[in-house]
Amino acid sequence: MAVIEAERVAVEARPWWRRAWENLRSASGALLFMSPATLLVVVFFFIPVVLIIGISMTNMSTATGFQNWKWVYLENYRRILKHPNTLQVLRNTLMYVALTLAFFNVGMALVIALITTHIPRRAGLLYRALWLLPRLTPSVVYVMMWKYMAADAPYGIINRHILQPLGLATTNLLPIYPWVFVILVNGFIGASFGMVIFTSAIESIPREYLMAALVDGCTPWQRIRHVILPLIRWPLLFVTTYQTLSLLTSFEQILLLTEGQFGTMVWSLWAYERALSNYWGNFQWGFGAALATVLVLIGIVMAVVYMRYFQFEALIQEPKIETL
Amino acid sequence: MEVHLEHLTKRWGKVVAVDDLNLEIRSGEFVALLGPSGCGKTTTLLMIAGIYKPTSGYIRFDGRVVNKVPPKDRNVGMVFQSYALYPHMTVYENLTFPLKLKKVPEEEQRRKARRIAEMMGIGHLLDRYPAQLSGGQQQRVALGRALIKEPALLLFDEPLSNLDARLRLTMRAEIKRLQMELGITSIYVTHDQVEAMTLADRIAVMREGRLQAFATPEELYERPRTLFVAGFIGNPPMNFTQVEVIQQDGQYLAVNPDMRLAVDPDRGSRAAGRGRVIMGIRPEHITLARDGEPAHLEAEVYLVEPLGRDDLINARVGKETHLHFLADPALKLRIGDRVRLRVDTSRVQFFDPETEQSLLWS
Repeated sequence: MAVIEAERVAVEARPWWRRAWENLRSASGALLFMSPATLLVVVFFFIPVVLIIGISMTNMSTATGFQNWKWVYLENYRRILKHPNTLQVLRNTLMYVALTLAFFNVGMALVIALITTHIPRRAGLLYRALWLLPRLTPSVVYVMMWKYMAADAPYGIINRHILQPLGLATTNLLPIYPWVFVILVNGFIGASFGMVIFTSAIESIPREYLMAALVDGCTPWQRIRHVILPLIRWPLLFVTTYQTLSLLTSFEQILLLTEGQFGTMVWSLWAYERALSNYWGNFQWGFGAALATVLVLIGIVMAVVYMRYFQFEALIQEPKIETL
Repeated sequence: MEVHLEHLTKRWGKVVAVDDLNLEIRSGEFVALLGPSGCGKTTTLLMIAGIYKPTSGYIRFDGRVVNKVPPKDRNVGMVFQSYALYPHMTVYENLTFPLKLKKVPEEEQRRKARRIAEMMGIGHLLDRYPAQLSGGQQQRVALGRALIKEPALLLFDEPLSNLDARLRLTMRAEIKRLQMELGITSIYVTHDQVEAMTLADRIAVMREGRLQAFATPEELYERPRTLFVAGFIGNPPMNFTQVEVIQQDGQYLAVNPDMRLAVDPDRGSRAAGRGRVIMGIRPEHITLARDGEPAHLEAEVYLVEPLGRDDLINARVGKETHLHFLADPALKLRIGDRVRLRVDTSRVQFFDPETEQSLLWS
């Protein structure tokens, strides 16, 4: 006992830098293997984030140029808090993300994946291929298509071929139901990602589980609820998290469709507009960077919440390989 | 429950998996579907379970056609080779899953789960997840899950194939005991003829989607109707050799360039005068002649395979006829030893080389 105690004292007596060095040495193999990925993350994520956070604390804009800017510290964040548009844009963003996610990127993706794995394989493949089309179409063309869909008679497809024959009043539908179109436009693109992931997840469930479920007395619906969904919980978490983050930061389709008009301004478009493309030509890089930083924070919080909700730890198995 | 299969056929495109299968399984009977992989036995089982729909023909449960009845309404329990325990449910949840689907009250679920768990010896595992169990324990849970809803028909799809040899023997005995106690009609798919022989009341031998034979194990062993059945049933497998049976001096002789063997007249007479036929002799019907005992054949030991209790001897008769038989390891036979063999000629089999049908039984 005394010997062990003496050793412990000896270990603790060594200076902290000595111990840190020894820890580092013992982990050197692992660090070596992690270095390529670490390098990429540092160069393409960590450094830009630090730069953005840095810029967000300045008053840098077209007016100041790159020479005459000054540190303003949290001034930009104070401006965001006090800005009359902030609450509305935040509300828009959450609604846009939540509805697109629920109805399309996860909801519709899951429905398509479930349907196409329950019908003959060939038909399923064809149906899924159709859903990939919106993603394959160049976004300008794709959004133009939707604009024609919504436009007033005689050009608009819905007005001309559905509303007019029914004797209903025709009008440009985009300003009236802007959110419906924003969500449809994004959803039809976004659904295919989850669809592909969910389909392969469902197809890789061992067939005997699915057979056992039927013999145990499941209806097809009960089998989905009690067997299939629990077995694809990990892809569900992944797609939900990934698509939340990707929707939070996406603005391309909204930019092309409404440019944020008709009350469809979302956070990332706001940041883009402020920092890189506004009407007055005064690009407020500092303020835009602050907006972007807030978005990153929201994304991180959401990801943590999802991992808690889906019990991420329980989904991860201890690796069966020996550690280095 | 009686299970009748009538002209049951399953095609996948142009591939015929099961071809015009007719089978009548009596209530309470234990039937094994035996055959090499790809013979259609599992497809047949899955059609009976209701997972696959027959292309044509009928499946009757107690006379009622069930072709279109979904699996959940067939009242069958099934045990799979991979156990198929739901990994996200505990043992208790796995066991009670069929009851939960039937909306059985929770109290009754608990009672039944306790009883089944006790019967299967898994009472201490109820809170565990399948990944935390050994193969044998998983198979007990799977069996329990099949039994808990008190099915009228039990289906087994190679349930012991993933277990190690020792455990397989234990589980085999347990399945047999359970089936006898509960008296549930059972259909058991296997490619292992020992499993089929030991478990089943009757064995349906299948090959390339067709039924080869449907009979008791003794019947298949003593009176195989085709060359395939004769070769598939029995371990080590039957010896086959081409002979011509001739009648000489009131005796029937099975003759080829390597040997002349006097055979039982009852059997020999059926094979005589047919030109070349295939003679089958089981290894266990060949013995070493004791000193002073007359021998039927003389042979040279070609290969010795020790099996522990016995040595499996591959002996060469003449130039190219090989016969397998079992010998006492204490005799220490070596390659090249000369041996004198006696054959129980009242139990030899004869087959037509063209049709592969037995010349003795039809």
